[in-house]
Amino acid sequence: MTGVLLNRLAQALLVMAAVTAIAFAMFRYVGDPVLIMSREDATPAEREELRAALGLDAPIVVQYAKFVGRVAVGDLGISYRNQRPVAKLLAERLPATLELVAVAMAIALGLGIPLGVLSALHPKAWYAQAIQAVSLLGISMPTFVTGIGLIMLFAVGLRWLPSFGRGETVALGWWTTGLLTPSGLRSLILPAVTLALFSITLIMRLVRAEMRDVLASDYIRFARARGLPRPYIHFTLALRNALMPVITVTGLQVGSLIAFAIVTETVFQWPGMGLLFIQAVSFVDIPVMSAYLLFVGFLFVAINMTVDVLYAIVDPRLRSGAR
Amino acid sequence: MSAAALSIRGLRVEYPLEDGRVVAAVDGLDLEIAQGEIHALVGESGAGKTTVGNALMGLLDAPGRVAAGRVAIAGRNVDFRTGRAAGIVQGRDVGAIFQDPMTSLNPLFTVESQIGETLRFHLGLDREAARARALDLLRAVGIPEPERRLKAYPHQLSGGQRQRVVIAAALSCDPKLLVADEPTTALDVSVQAQILDLVRALVRERGLGVLLVTHNMGVVAEIADRVTVMRGGKVVESGKVADVLTRPKHAYVQGLVAAVPRIDKRLARFATIGDETAGAQAARDDLRTRYMRPRAEKVPDAILEVANLTVEYGSGSLLGLGRKGGFRAVDDVSFAVKRGEIFGIVGESGSGKTTVANAVAGLVRTAAGTIRFAGQAIGEKRPRALRGAMQMVFQDPYASLNSRMRIDDALAEPMLFHGVAAGRSDADARIAMLIEAVGLAPDAGRRYPFAFSGGQRQRLSIARALAAEPQLVVCDEPTSSLDVSVQAQILNLLKDLRDATGLTLLFISHDLAVVRQMCDRVAVMQGGRIVELADCDTLFADPQHAYTKRLLSLVPNVARIGNRLEPTGASP
Repeated sequence: MTGVLLNRLAQALLVMAAVTAIAFAMFRYVGDPVLIMSREDATPAEREELRAALGLDAPIVVQYAKFVGRVAVGDLGISYRNQRPVAKLLAERLPATLELVAVAMAIALGLGIPLGVLSALHPKAWYAQAIQAVSLLGISMPTFVTGIGLIMLFAVGLRWLPSFGRGETVALGWWTTGLLTPSGLRSLILPAVTLALFSITLIMRLVRAEMRDVLASDYIRFARARGLPRPYIHFTLALRNALMPVITVTGLQVGSLIAFAIVTETVFQWPGMGLLFIQAVSFVDIPVMSAYLLFVGFLFVAINMTVDVLYAIVDPRLRSGAR
Repeated sequence: MSAAALSIRGLRVEYPLEDGRVVAAVDGLDLEIAQGEIHALVGESGAGKTTVGNALMGLLDAPGRVAAGRVAIAGRNVDFRTGRAAGIVQGRDVGAIFQDPMTSLNPLFTVESQIGETLRFHLGLDREAARARALDLLRAVGIPEPERRLKAYPHQLSGGQRQRVVIAAALSCDPKLLVADEPTTALDVSVQAQILDLVRALVRERGLGVLLVTHNMGVVAEIADRVTVMRGGKVVESGKVADVLTRPKHAYVQGLVAAVPRIDKRLARFATIGDETAGAQAARDDLRTRYMRPRAEKVPDAILEVANLTVEYGSGSLLGLGRKGGFRAVDDVSFAVKRGEIFGIVGESGSGKTTVANAVAGLVRTAAGTIRFAGQAIGEKRPRALRGAMQMVFQDPYASLNSRMRIDDALAEPMLFHGVAAGRSDADARIAMLIEAVGLAPDAGRRYPFAFSGGQRQRLSIARALAAEPQLVVCDEPTSSLDVSVQAQILNLLKDLRDATGLTLLFISHDLAVVRQMCDRVAVMQGGRIVELADCDTLFADPQHAYTKRLLSLVPNVARIGNRLEPTGASP
């Protein structure tokens, strides 16, 4: 177990090294930062001065080492666009995205698992067929279409829910939350549902397939032959086995939702990191873009580590090495 | 006298088909099991024996239903109106054990939880009482260190221990009837003997009635008091084991008993139930003329020489972290196979016999030692001609044929690849001959694998191995997934092919009786080493090594029926 963890940690460090290299290359070679930052009528001498001030005249290896050193202490550079520290920009936007993703994931798990179990237990029932059909729609509809559709219906048509923004937020230290005000909660509903739709479908289909495999297994047959109550067999004995791959997929989904909330955040003008990234792209704000890349890389690595640990907790077969 | 453990009258189980017709999986079954009696239900695949067991356990698959008949368990009538056994409680009144102990236990729960849950739900015991009872049960089924095993997960137990846990869980509420569906089929002979002893002891102590569903006549002879033979859902013959196995009345049962490989004496051929097609013999003669032709070059007598072979698994991992050092699956093994010989390797699971076969076939990397084929040392990378000269037949006929490839394409591929046939039209002529030689109709080539039964597929696998005109065929458990009658046909086929063509066979098996019938010389493997190597007759008549003696003593044997004590609990 410790061996496995150490192995994973080493792999994680390798991945992060690769990601920093790419982020650095992007920072350094996608366009000339000096040209982008200096005024249009700047003289060559002024540009050289700026280049020296930014340390861009040093050898590449030194620049990379400095870059890694800065990243390690949380200095992600200054945004070209509004001349503020990128780390601060990300920290401001992080709560919005995390809250959105957490709520979306909760919806996805809360609906996906029960629906999956239900349609695995009664695969021929009309509601199982209906769930299957609707879920096909959910998995094949692009996010912006569902998002715009929901806005049309609930914001423009019925006027029940706001169509953009986070509503009122409350500051808890540096963290701003929309979960404590009615308008914040109301604003959260549409984007969270939009973001969750794909994950609901994915988790539901996965649980259904896994559950059907597990229900056909010998140990469930043996449990039935011992006359144990149906709910106990289905929800305690079978579901725990069926949820093993769901852990992996949930981990990956959390990562993807945070990384690719871009579309949803754009449709709903949600002030999260995705929106920050889109704006950075349109202004060629390279420090923000490379910081975002670093952040997403770190996120996936961290989530995968967590998933490995969770696996070992749930599955005794992976624990046995420690005994 | 108390009520019978199980009484079945006129049981009929039906499966409705899509088009409205029904198939009777079980038709008109009568069966009576007294307390303390073991009743074997025997038959080949599709005989309906497992369906009977499932019906009793309330595990009939969805469309299947009990259409007629009366069933009473321990004197209580079972109500089938719902299609399931509603009058009794599974687990409390009927215990069940299944074939594969590796998959019968839930991998995520401890032994204590899996035995205890039955007690808690059926007897209303609390956790403490359930734990005490589970401990008693583990002692009763003879598990060493029961206190420690309670906390164990299934993967920490061996196959035999798992089956003991399964039995403990099945018996936890003291049922009067135990339904055992192939309880030892997945186990090694030594473990099988222990489990059979255990079942016999429990039957005596607890006055248990056992319905033993099996295809293994040896097990029936060892343990059962009475036997019912089924075929196509109907009872063919029923009676005391001693009578049915030694003096079978019905022709099918006679054939079935005769098809069981004997360990006590060697026969020229197996008795088979089905007859061969007329063309098969002629096709094999053709095959022989083909094989005889190119044998002009001088070849050494030993076609395969293996010296000091060692194979290790599981060493090394990514980045050099994690576990160190490997598991030595094959340890310093040496043997030589003569041309035209059938050389057997026997052993229990984990003995390394399959690894030897894979090493010879070039499917695993060897750690040390040399393999010489026709006098030429061969490594992992082999010239094409050599790969054609050595072919394999695998255990599972369902997994070893490509389901998306027509049979004639599957057979033409090795011929064209190894340049045995000049072109496709030449290949087609040979394919027809090969298919006939393995006893199938020539038009079989136009079909896909799903159109064939397990035995037919294994014949086709053999035909495919022969298509490259090999000199050596490595057979890894070629018949262990087949019914006895089909097994007899396949083994006869391999023998005939050897006699007709001078083919050499490396024959891997865990079944000592099969090895006895097939092989000229035999190597016995244990823990990666060869412990004894001798002529087949010598080995079985006069085993030298203690392990060989023990293995031979443990094999369930139809011929030993006469020596067994008459059962005391059997009622007439």
